[in-house]
Amino acid sequence: MHKPRMHLLASFDIAHLQYLDEQGRATQALPDFATPDTLQALYRQMALARLVDDRAVKLQRTGQLGTYPSSLGQEAIGVGVGGALAKDDVYCPYYRETGALLERGVEIEEILAIWGGDERGQDYKHAREDLPLCIPIATQLLHAAGVAFALKYKHEQLDEPPRAAVTCAGDGATSRGDFYEALNIAGVWRLPVVFVVNNNRWAISVPLAAQTASRTIAQKAIAAGIPGLQVDGNDVIAVRAAVADAVGRARAGQGPTLIEATSYRLCDHTTADDAGRYQPKEEVREAWHSEPLVRLGLYLRGRDLWSDEQEDELQRELAEILERALRAYTERPRDRATAMFDHLYAELPEAYLEQYEQLAQAGEGED
Amino acid sequence: MAQITLVEAITQALAYEMQADPRVLVYGQDVGRNGGVFRATEGLQQRFGPARVLDTPLAETMIGGIAVGMAVQGLRPVAEFQFMGFIYPGLDQILSHAARFRNRTRGRLSCPIVYRAPYGGGIHAPEHHSESTEALFAHIPGLRVVVPSSPARAYGLLLAAIRDPDPVIFLEPKRIYRAVRQEVPDSGEALPLDRCFVLREGADVTLIAWGASLKETLRAAERLAEEGIQAEVVDPATLKPLDIQGIIDSLEKTRRCVVVHEAARFCGLGAEIVAQLNDYAFDLLDAPVQRVTGYDTVMPYYRLEDSYLPGVEQILAAVRTALDYPDGGRA
Repeated sequence: MHKPRMHLLASFDIAHLQYLDEQGRATQALPDFATPDTLQALYRQMALARLVDDRAVKLQRTGQLGTYPSSLGQEAIGVGVGGALAKDDVYCPYYRETGALLERGVEIEEILAIWGGDERGQDYKHAREDLPLCIPIATQLLHAAGVAFALKYKHEQLDEPPRAAVTCAGDGATSRGDFYEALNIAGVWRLPVVFVVNNNRWAISVPLAAQTASRTIAQKAIAAGIPGLQVDGNDVIAVRAAVADAVGRARAGQGPTLIEATSYRLCDHTTADDAGRYQPKEEVREAWHSEPLVRLGLYLRGRDLWSDEQEDELQRELAEILERALRAYTERPRDRATAMFDHLYAELPEAYLEQYEQLAQAGEGED
Repeated sequence: MAQITLVEAITQALAYEMQADPRVLVYGQDVGRNGGVFRATEGLQQRFGPARVLDTPLAETMIGGIAVGMAVQGLRPVAEFQFMGFIYPGLDQILSHAARFRNRTRGRLSCPIVYRAPYGGGIHAPEHHSESTEALFAHIPGLRVVVPSSPARAYGLLLAAIRDPDPVIFLEPKRIYRAVRQEVPDSGEALPLDRCFVLREGADVTLIAWGASLKETLRAAERLAEEGIQAEVVDPATLKPLDIQGIIDSLEKTRRCVVVHEAARFCGLGAEIVAQLNDYAFDLLDAPVQRVTGYDTVMPYYRLEDSYLPGVEQILAAVRTALDYPDGGRA
């Protein structure tokens, strides 16, 4: 056996971006966007996301909503990602996305409608080009690559302005072929796309260590030949800064980025799950120390940018917004039963007319 | 005018529509420099450039999935799966997303995609290169499934598929890719989707077939004509949604029917046709509808494929059963 000659072909470090530590102390100078107004707005949006999630879970518990996936503890990822996009960028969400959807202008009533069993919720009034919530794991990453291809194609071939596609997935999604195939094509075609992974350490009951032997998810970018980095996913400033930077490079023709945002799922997978069966209690208690809302609140209070009065005022304002949305949701009339045919094809083929008539004549059912 | 084959008609349709519509692009494995393993995209990359005719990495889930993102952004992707036997990793994307985006978003976003795939047996290919699983796709709401059976129909139906606002699975019968040549004017005129084509008129029995099986079916019709039996041959062409009325129109004349397909019989398209004729045309029928199909087995390696594929003699036997019903003698 001859000794093989060794060539160093690659070596890597994984950046881990953080601006605020768990106690809300700045660990480095904050980025330019972090003005008092912006930070207060980020705090407000995370508080709103938490409120919506909390109420949605209660609605499900009382039979007023279907299965719902909360994003408790991961609000900084959604809000940080959503806030980093320009209006004309395209967002391709998965399903644990309350913060990002709110940032993109999806209405609370629409979010509730989706989980309340009504497709009309996906017909967003705003963010018309954003993709609907995607339930099959990791499949949306390929849609984002396709959207990015189209944006690049329209920029280069049809002279439209540069735009980027951004998508998010959970840590479990990184085990799927779709994830690798999306990173791979994005690298080969240098697509203007940003892949964000919400690494909340749990894919329903399967912990990260049982999902991958890789030390980080960010390093999975290396095999695809694209940049990858980690951010503290409970630091909304870090998430926003990393995504904004990646989106900027995407728009400038510098290709895709994988961003692993580390966090912890402080809730059940969905309302149909009981995380108490598998999440170690001590680990959960520990994770509560690094949740994102308290952290930013501590920073703001430390700078006299937030007070008890402002907090009370904010909670009153958000409660009103939520109540209004809730009224709109509960008063929403059921869709016509025949709506299930209306958007199956651009025009209903003749072969469907008999079934359509049967359903129409069966009446519209109970509301 | 030059006479062209079915596969050349595919190329001609792609080139016409790429020229006419800058949103149309073609991608898949080996479709660029190599012009596709069957040469269906021959010359397109040279003519339209690598930005519109793209070789992809070897990943069918990706081929299925990126089309969704391209289409919702207004492009008209035509994706090639190299063989139908390799389409399955892309199924999740086709069934879960391409077929459902319009409905899921209540019309806000839609997927005008053509997924092309050569399909069917008879070319002595290795395992996985010869199946006919059109019924899998026909089962899925939101999809169209289209199968051409001649150069002219390949040209006209592919143009229609690319222009259609919804996803189309376009299955190309590779056994007859080069079986016949026809004059196909490059007129840009599409043929209608969701409509049967009557390929041969007759009043005694209706033969229904699509794709490569039409070769044996038309030959059977010729043999029957020698015996004085006039068979009408109907090609549904669009298998989903199915133009059952076009089939019933034929049965008004013939009252007897044989369905031929090389796919397995169980839950094949033939079963759906029989069921619909039971629903809508029971009183028209003078005999039970006969099926001539592949067996409910795994498609064999090629030494046995001729034993698997429906042949002329089987079609003739089924026609005789239909004609002789109920008493072993014709009325």
